[in-house]
Amino acid sequence: MSVWAVARRIAAKDLRIEARSRVLVNQVLPFSGVVMVLFAFALDKASSDIPRQVAPGLVWLATVFSLLVMIQRVFAVERDDGALDALRVAGVTPAGLFLGKTIGLAVQLLALDLVLVVLAVILFDTAVAGLAAAGLLAVTVVVAGTALAGVGTLYGGLAAGAKGRDTLLPLLMLPVVVPVLIGATRSTEAAFGTGGIGMTEGWAWVALVGAFAALAVGGGALAFGALLEE
Amino acid sequence: MADVVDLLDVVAVIGSFPALAGATLRVEPGEIVLLRGPNGAGKTSLLRLCAGLLPVVRGSATVCGVDLTVDRRAVRRRVGLLGHANGLYADLTVAENVAFWGATVGATRDEVDAALVRLGVGGRLAGVPVGRLSAGQRRRTALACLVVRRATLWLLDEPHAGLDAAGRDELDATLRQAVQAGATVLIASHELERAAGLATRTVEVVGGQVVGVAP
Amino acid sequence: MGRAMPAPSTTRNVTGTRFTRGLGIATLASIGLLAVLGLVVTPADAVQRNGVRIMYVHVPSVWLAYLAFVVTGVASAAYLWPRTRSLTWDRIAGASAEIGVLYVAITLVTGSLWGRLSWGRYWVWDARLTTTALLFVTYLGYLAVRGLGGTHPQRARRSALVAMFAVVEIPLVHFSVQRWNTLHQEESIAKGEINGLMLFAIFWGVVAFTLLYVWLLLHRQRVMAMEDAVEDRGLDRALVERRAEALVGRT
Repeated sequence: MSVWAVARRIAAKDLRIEARSRVLVNQVLPFSGVVMVLFAFALDKASSDIPRQVAPGLVWLATVFSLLVMIQRVFAVERDDGALDALRVAGVTPAGLFLGKTIGLAVQLLALDLVLVVLAVILFDTAVAGLAAAGLLAVTVVVAGTALAGVGTLYGGLAAGAKGRDTLLPLLMLPVVVPVLIGATRSTEAAFGTGGIGMTEGWAWVALVGAFAALAVGGGALAFGALLEE
Repeated sequence: MADVVDLLDVVAVIGSFPALAGATLRVEPGEIVLLRGPNGAGKTSLLRLCAGLLPVVRGSATVCGVDLTVDRRAVRRRVGLLGHANGLYADLTVAENVAFWGATVGATRDEVDAALVRLGVGGRLAGVPVGRLSAGQRRRTALACLVVRRATLWLLDEPHAGLDAAGRDELDATLRQAVQAGATVLIASHELERAAGLATRTVEVVGGQVVGVAP
Repeated sequence: MGRAMPAPSTTRNVTGTRFTRGLGIATLASIGLLAVLGLVVTPADAVQRNGVRIMYVHVPSVWLAYLAFVVTGVASAAYLWPRTRSLTWDRIAGASAEIGVLYVAITLVTGSLWGRLSWGRYWVWDARLTTTALLFVTYLGYLAVRGLGGTHPQRARRSALVAMFAVVEIPLVHFSVQRWNTLHQEESIAKGEINGLMLFAIFWGVVAFTLLYVWLLLHRQRVMAMEDAVEDRGLDRALVERRAEALVGRT
């Protein structure tokens, strides 16, 4: 099978598993919702305008925390019954496996972020003003989701090799996602109109995140085989 | 014809433990070789090494004409491994699992259906998520996945475990048929009577070595 | 390594050579001279007063930290390149990263102390500080990956890839943090009156820390080679034990 055929099958498989098990819907979404509410407590909502101003950042922080949970789930599926070994014996091309898992994860992140944006609007009194802002936000969610899914799959694969490595994932991944966190937060601020930056600058940030996504996905496809190999 | 498996003084490690400590084994095409030996003797490691999952640290190893010391990934696709784990996705149905693994070698829908029927997991069972099956039914599903893979070398680790009497008969018949179709089989098993009736040869694995032909 | 060393053999079990001993003496002497330069010879700054003396440690350590990570990157690339693949490159990469982490730690501690003295705050969120802190965490992660186990080539390939990711990622992190917050002061070195003597002390600090870096790198890299050799010899011993199981099993 070609790389893309493998990627499609893996992504379809992962999404089908999610559709059946509903781990994202039943566990990750409530978790991210709780995180958003906890942020409001920590930021003292009653007495200030702070939560409204930092809402875009909270959306992406909650995304990154949820991503950690999702990566562990996505690789537990492969590890629980030895499917990862079976994939290796079946000679499934690692680049295809990487792209497939990245696509599956990106689609789930997309769903998560749509919910988080809505939550930000409801909980923190923000609003997406106009079609241009909505467009910027939509592109941000797609591009940042792809970048995070790529990085997550890359380091998740490294951590999936053996047991007892799960705790390594946050240490490796969180410093790396800083550009995505900053870029996505800035462009979301532009879309919400809360950060005092214009739409043009918002698009510039999306471009930065896009460059990151290209590097993460390209580098992951190249390196995944070597990382997965034990 | 060249040997399907040709291991010479192979050392393989898990962590720093030498799971294989100089294993030598030759298997000719069409053989069904039974590996027996105590727990921790290195049977599983031997099978995993042949599947290209364990690197060769020392010695030489050629499997299906592929030199494992050069590129152990190249041997994959040609071998099928049924390990202790079944390699199934619990949330997918039996048919979906078998179709997924079949797709890795381009198996047709008919081949998938045939494999399901052959291992007795067709019909109503085919639509049940694997997570809801009994251990024996899961084992059968895993075997069906192996059948659709059409490997030249079958590596089976305790394949009888969890199977009922009918399942064992189906397994034996499946293996005989695979050999007739040109496959070679390596089985690690504690069910000596069962496997001995099937095997063309039995070897003993102890201390990470193949210590010889058992009576 | 917790394991017992095998009986003393003919192989040399020290990491020093005549060269490293000479280098060690030169390192000590140059650090001594740096202390004299930094604490006695150079004058106190008009604005920062004695706080300026932190610079003679801070600036050289941050330069050396970056140098160490560049060496890690280059050595990792050399390992990944098939023609130059050698575990020596892997050990140089690992040793250099360890020293780099040490230097970054010194940088962060001295930097925040200096910041407290001259800005009244231990920490400001400017791009260079933030990137340096992330650099610290990133290479802690790299060292954790080195400790994951497996065979030596597995360790080498895995960590070399992680080092490559870091090389790609650090500029992006720096760029994004810079765009994120540009409230920063100008180059701290350019502020205030810096006379020739002070500049010389900083330069001398770079010389002394470079000597220290090379000395540490050579020793650490050799210790790592010995650890690997001990593990290999441990395998020989384990193989003998493992094979003995077969003898017991047969009788």
